[in-house]
Amino acid sequence: MNDSFKGGPLTRLIMNDQAGRRLLGVLLAISILVPLSNLLMPEGSILHVSTFTMTLLGKYLCYALLAVAVDLIWGYCGILSLGHGAFFALGGYAMGMYLMRQIGDRGVYANPELPDFMVFLNWTELPWYWYGFDQFWFAMVMVLAAPGILAFVFGALAFRSRVTGVYLSIITQALTYALLLAFFRNDMGFGGNNGLTDFKDILGFDLQADTTRAALFFSSGLALMMGYLISRYIVTSKLGRVLVAIRDSESRARFMGYRVEHYKLFVFVVSAMLAGVAGALYVPQVGIINPGEFSPINSIEIIIWVAVGGRGTLFGAVIGAILVNYAKTYFTGAFAELWLFLLGGLFVLTTLYLPKGVVGLWAQIKGKMGGPGSGSGSEKAEGQA
Amino acid sequence: MTAYARFSLLFLSLFFTAPLFAEDMETASAETVISDIAEEKTLQDYLAELTEAGFREKEELVLKVVETDEPETLPVMQALLEGDLYYVKDGNTLVYKTSGDPVTVFGGETMTGLGSRDIKKISVNNSLRTLLRAQISRVELFSKNPQTRKTAAINLLKSADELDPALLDEALSQEADAGIKEILLLVEGIRQLESDDSAVRLEGITALTGSLYPEVRGALSNFANRAEADGNGKELAAAEAALSKINAMLRFNSIFENLYFGLALGAVLLLAAIGLAITFGVMGVINMAHGEMIMLGAYTTYVVQQLMPANPGASLIVSIPAAFLVAGLVGVAIERGIIRHLYGRPLETLLATFGLSLILQQAVRSIFGPLNRSVVTPEWMAGTFEVNPALALTYNRLYIIIFSLLVLAMLALVLKRTLFGLQMRAVTMNRPMASSMGIRTGWVDALTFGLGSGIAGIAGVALSQLTNVGPNMGQSYIIDSFMVVVFGGVGNLWGTLVGAMSLGVVNKILEPWAGAVVAKILVLVFIILFIQKRPRGLFALKGRSVDMG
Repeated sequence: MNDSFKGGPLTRLIMNDQAGRRLLGVLLAISILVPLSNLLMPEGSILHVSTFTMTLLGKYLCYALLAVAVDLIWGYCGILSLGHGAFFALGGYAMGMYLMRQIGDRGVYANPELPDFMVFLNWTELPWYWYGFDQFWFAMVMVLAAPGILAFVFGALAFRSRVTGVYLSIITQALTYALLLAFFRNDMGFGGNNGLTDFKDILGFDLQADTTRAALFFSSGLALMMGYLISRYIVTSKLGRVLVAIRDSESRARFMGYRVEHYKLFVFVVSAMLAGVAGALYVPQVGIINPGEFSPINSIEIIIWVAVGGRGTLFGAVIGAILVNYAKTYFTGAFAELWLFLLGGLFVLTTLYLPKGVVGLWAQIKGKMGGPGSGSGSEKAEGQA
Repeated sequence: MTAYARFSLLFLSLFFTAPLFAEDMETASAETVISDIAEEKTLQDYLAELTEAGFREKEELVLKVVETDEPETLPVMQALLEGDLYYVKDGNTLVYKTSGDPVTVFGGETMTGLGSRDIKKISVNNSLRTLLRAQISRVELFSKNPQTRKTAAINLLKSADELDPALLDEALSQEADAGIKEILLLVEGIRQLESDDSAVRLEGITALTGSLYPEVRGALSNFANRAEADGNGKELAAAEAALSKINAMLRFNSIFENLYFGLALGAVLLLAAIGLAITFGVMGVINMAHGEMIMLGAYTTYVVQQLMPANPGASLIVSIPAAFLVAGLVGVAIERGIIRHLYGRPLETLLATFGLSLILQQAVRSIFGPLNRSVVTPEWMAGTFEVNPALALTYNRLYIIIFSLLVLAMLALVLKRTLFGLQMRAVTMNRPMASSMGIRTGWVDALTFGLGSGIAGIAGVALSQLTNVGPNMGQSYIIDSFMVVVFGGVGNLWGTLVGAMSLGVVNKILEPWAGAVVAKILVLVFIILFIQKRPRGLFALKGRSVDMG
């Protein structure tokens, strides 16, 4: 079992993580094959993936990255954030602002400087916080900085005063709710109720073109793989072991001399940044960002992806996000009435009967059958960590 | 024999010579004849004459109509003034017509199937309108009903300068009710402002000082502007002093009103949060389906009202125990079915109950449909309580405040004075000890959760009177309820009361200068910061029992 590899940190990271290796392999294959089949295969061919499907899959990949971010703090550090949708949405807004500035004078009001909704509100000049968003690099910095700074300030306050457990969950929910209300206001300068939309192009490439879509899909896959590796690196490092110790018994970790709040704050900020990246990749693919993304129910839904997949296993979060979202797409299309029953049932059943999610279920089945790979998956991954 | 009788006789003969109308008109004319014989004309008779009279005759007829003191007298005159009084050409029936089908003056029946050609307006000219206005205020001012007199007096404030001074003097001398007399004195005060004599004008200002009627304030500020333009320093100073006194009172009014709205909002928060104070505060269970318990209570109110539509007041009273039972039973079922298995795992409880809330929402949506349902408010809850002319408090808010305090008091009694309350406190303090003393802790848990849910159901009854009943109504209260409980201090009913009321009042005080949304955001941010400072809320319980997470 203990086939620890020496060598560079990346090789070691990959070679010591069997499940992750498989996941990364599949993700890499998907990230390359799906865009290729969309671009190269003729329409109507069995091997052709339509642009619609590719965009949908790209959306799932962004959700999966968001789920990894949540699993990093919930699964490994015991911080149940009910406001992670806020960081996702902030990343999305940062990207949306860049895309808005790219529209330039092609908007309805043909104002080269101001987005349409500002002209509509009779604003004469760009608010200061929109400066710089015409530069791609600046927008990308903000994709990381906006969620990161919010998470830093919020986390520093909350963790220092030892707000833990459900209290933290409730105030994170209050945070995203407050942001929801704030972004709904027109005076905020983020498009109010309608949010930011009608994007034209990104880095000069037409957003509607298949090639751009394919590139975005590939970027999402790449981001997910990077996010996975970063999270994996964190949880397998020494710091990661302290995180797990905090999750299992915070006061004991504190008495051992660890500055618990510093560890929590670090992982919370990293997680918020990952969520921001997921949001930034999500927005150009769906073509809109509005305050609805801040709504508390969205944040709670992320939790169920992780719970269904298997809390405390990063690849489980990816599987859970894709499974639940596929089910959502299928059911809201086929039996819209049933979807909420099903989602609600998922919450109840997974917490009652599947505390380790489908990954845990898989390991259990394997263990019962007494196969050679028994105890693989989460236990093994954690055992090696 | 008066001119009117002759006049009607003339028409009578005219009708007889007009065979086209003969059949219907015969009865009408016959009546006229009979009343002529009796020499005692009623309102009905004068009105019948009105349909055919010229403007000059109408003026005299109006004076006659005033003399008849019947319930229809005033409405008819007002309708005539407004141009809403018509008669049906076929049969001379008098009707009111504003929009929609005409309604008969006598009997109040709606007449259908009449085209615009079938009815004719009883026209009035300007001199008739002036007469009508004066006569209407006369009738109202000397009406036997004090409410009518009061309304008339308040209306006079608007048109004080057009008023006949003799009429005002007469009304003042006859008025017995002190409140109405006061208003009439204000009318006189406004008139005095128009006087040519400076002493009288100053007298008027004195009379008007301290009144909160908007008309008085308008008249005074007009007067102040005039005095300033005329360079009349003494009167200007007096008027401004009076105005500033009025403004100070208005400011006090608005503070009081904000306080009242804040307390009402606090009462709503309190109702929504009391149940949570039990389930979350006492038991430590994060019940995200709490909002849905409120929703169930509201829907129960709706169903009960559908069962007894004739009597909204009684149905509301019946709804209170019904909602308690429905939500309470659902709560017991949830506790036995799900939460029991998750004690000690608060985060899992949160997720499972959130799933439940989705299921309950969708279930209600499937049964009752996605649209909002409205629950009828009984009459005794509508209306306002007038503190002073510029401040009216709505009764429904007052009832909500009283009701929320009652519910809190009842709950405190149950907790402190009943066996169940004793057992409940014992179980939350020390479960193994309580268990070894023979308390069935499992049942106490279930009943406690049922109690908390049942109270949420009662909150639903109250909220159905304030907002629409819809599948999503619970969601809007869940975050606020948690904020109240966390802010007030977990496991403490006083904390919940103080928390709810202070959040409500702070919200409403911030609202005028920050706007509703920003006020709410500020309150949320404040709570987030407050929890950093005092993680256990305002009134934290000391001890191990509340230490969780």
